[in-house]
Amino acid sequence: MISRRKAGGAIVGGALAIVIAIALISLSLGTTKLSFMEVLATLAGRGEVDSSMIVLQLRLPRILAAIMVGAALGVAGALLQGVVRNPLASPDVLGVTGGASVCVVAFMTLVKGFSVHWIPFVAAAGALAAAALLYGLGWKKGISPSRLVIIGIGLSAAAGALTTFLLISGPSYLATQVLSWTTGSIYGTNWTYIKMLWPWIVILLPCAMLLFRELNVQSLGAPAAIGLGSSLQRSRLLALLICVALCGAAVGVAGTLSFIGLMAPHLSRLLVGASYRLVLPMSALTGAALLLLADLGGRMLFMPLDIPAGVFTAGVGAPFFIFLLFKTRQRSISAP
Amino acid sequence: MHSKRNRNPKLLAGLATGVAVLLFVMLFSVLRGIQSFGVRELWQAYALFDGSNEHLLISTVRMPRTLIAAAVGASLAMAGVIMQVLTRNPLASPSVFGINAGASLCVVAALVLYGSSLTIGGMIPIALAGAAVTAVIVFVLGSLGGGKLDTARLTLAGASIAAFSASLTSGLILLNGQALEDALFWMIGSVSGRKLEHLQQVLPYMSLGWLVALGIGPSLNVMALGDDNAKGLGMRLKLVQSLAAAAVILLAGSSVAAAGPIAFVGLMVPHVCRAIAGEDHRWLLPYSAVAGALLLVGADLLSRFVLMPREVPVGIATALLGVPFLIAIARRRKHD
Repeated sequence: MISRRKAGGAIVGGALAIVIAIALISLSLGTTKLSFMEVLATLAGRGEVDSSMIVLQLRLPRILAAIMVGAALGVAGALLQGVVRNPLASPDVLGVTGGASVCVVAFMTLVKGFSVHWIPFVAAAGALAAAALLYGLGWKKGISPSRLVIIGIGLSAAAGALTTFLLISGPSYLATQVLSWTTGSIYGTNWTYIKMLWPWIVILLPCAMLLFRELNVQSLGAPAAIGLGSSLQRSRLLALLICVALCGAAVGVAGTLSFIGLMAPHLSRLLVGASYRLVLPMSALTGAALLLLADLGGRMLFMPLDIPAGVFTAGVGAPFFIFLLFKTRQRSISAP
Repeated sequence: MHSKRNRNPKLLAGLATGVAVLLFVMLFSVLRGIQSFGVRELWQAYALFDGSNEHLLISTVRMPRTLIAAAVGASLAMAGVIMQVLTRNPLASPSVFGINAGASLCVVAALVLYGSSLTIGGMIPIALAGAAVTAVIVFVLGSLGGGKLDTARLTLAGASIAAFSASLTSGLILLNGQALEDALFWMIGSVSGRKLEHLQQVLPYMSLGWLVALGIGPSLNVMALGDDNAKGLGMRLKLVQSLAAAAVILLAGSSVAAAGPIAFVGLMVPHVCRAIAGEDHRWLLPYSAVAGALLLVGADLLSRFVLMPREVPVGIATALLGVPFLIAIARRRKHD
């Protein structure tokens, strides 16, 4: 047992190292290529003016955003899968990020001279509303996961249509910006967004990690969890709230990035086993790595154009989702 | 037998009423908008055409969009009826299963490759190919489990194919730096700004689809009894299934070529019509065609007035109408 824990810890440490490595590679690549030494020197505050402009003002905020947003989405997905006990659940499949995105677009188009600091709150409120709607509509003498998922698809579709409607009704100069945002992109993230985002991440991620014991107990099934003295409803609600807040913060900065919340927990479980003590931090790291790679691909593959990272996450995520559907086919969809 | 004979005149009268209402709404759609006309002007635009702006508006703007909306609505609704029998899934429809999105992805990819030299005539085979590929993927996914695949799983597979295609489509559009109108057309569908030639070129494919669909109506009745029963009754199941799939591809592919991926018509209409006309597909198919045309023409008419003087693409209206349907169907189903 102890050795397994150690092995798990080593894997998490390795993942952290990989995330840092990808981040450094991302910092050095782009239209202007910089060497690692230059990047490191710039980060240490001893770079030349040009390269420190590129690294510190353009690339670093974007990469920090990718790490934080990816981590938030990964952990949100792990929490949701733990609570709903459905391997197919994720904030974007269930329409939670869609709700957040509608609210943000409404805020951007309807409120004149909005302040970016409100965006995470607006997004979190939208995510909360979507989650409440989902739960309310899905409730019929209990919650059936398959019904929940279909209703989630419907809510995502409605959210998409509403977003487009708002897009058309708003002023046209906003439209292109909003279109790129709704596909999920961290292009043009600057320090303002980072300042807005970091408190959410720094507070919510540790809170989520502390829930690991509750989630582990829950994964045994509701009767067992109650038998073990877990206050089921309260910890479920707490996990859901944290999940919704994390989604809101992530969507507020990066738009609707699909499938990261789905992929990260599964990859993590594959690597470190089923215990949420390791799955949660690992999901954060996997999510960060996925988004960093998607963003790097978006920047590098079609230079000088910048493709929203959401295109890549959906391109990889959707086939993964279908694979998952068929891998879990033997079991009933509602089984834990 | 006696009751059936009583039923037919009633159904026929209902269908005739439907056609009458449809013609009335189509007339209204030609006459009303930002500029409204009287029936006299419509008559003059065709009988005594004088090249004035009013006459041009009627004959080159209003008339084509009304006819295209009717044709596309009828096609999508019939495709939905056939898919629901073919997959035994009440949620099946060209949009929910990603067939529209797949066709639209292929057309956008071709547009990126060939630029503006791609005519609508060249677009149709590409849209059909896209519809065919997606349909084959969905049907293969559906049959992989030896018929054990449950509704939720098949729907999820379709939805993720739709998400996959939609995000690639928006990526291609952003990559190509196209105007917002183009992007919206290929992402949510619209009937505005289309010419009569567009309809003329898709019409052969569409009408072939209609004929095949109406032709297999009686066989669909047998198929709805289940594969074993159908075989026992001496039906050539494989042949009927292939014909049905071909009809779906023709109908959905040509609809996308004419109007982009319009959502949920194929989901809503069959359910409403089943409540009115019953389970007999010889009646259900023509009923659905009329109701689908009515829905799309009506939705297009409404979406002209919501944000006057700007127009809302009709795909938004159908998506917002369709989602409550999807949710109601998901709730009504006994959960599996």
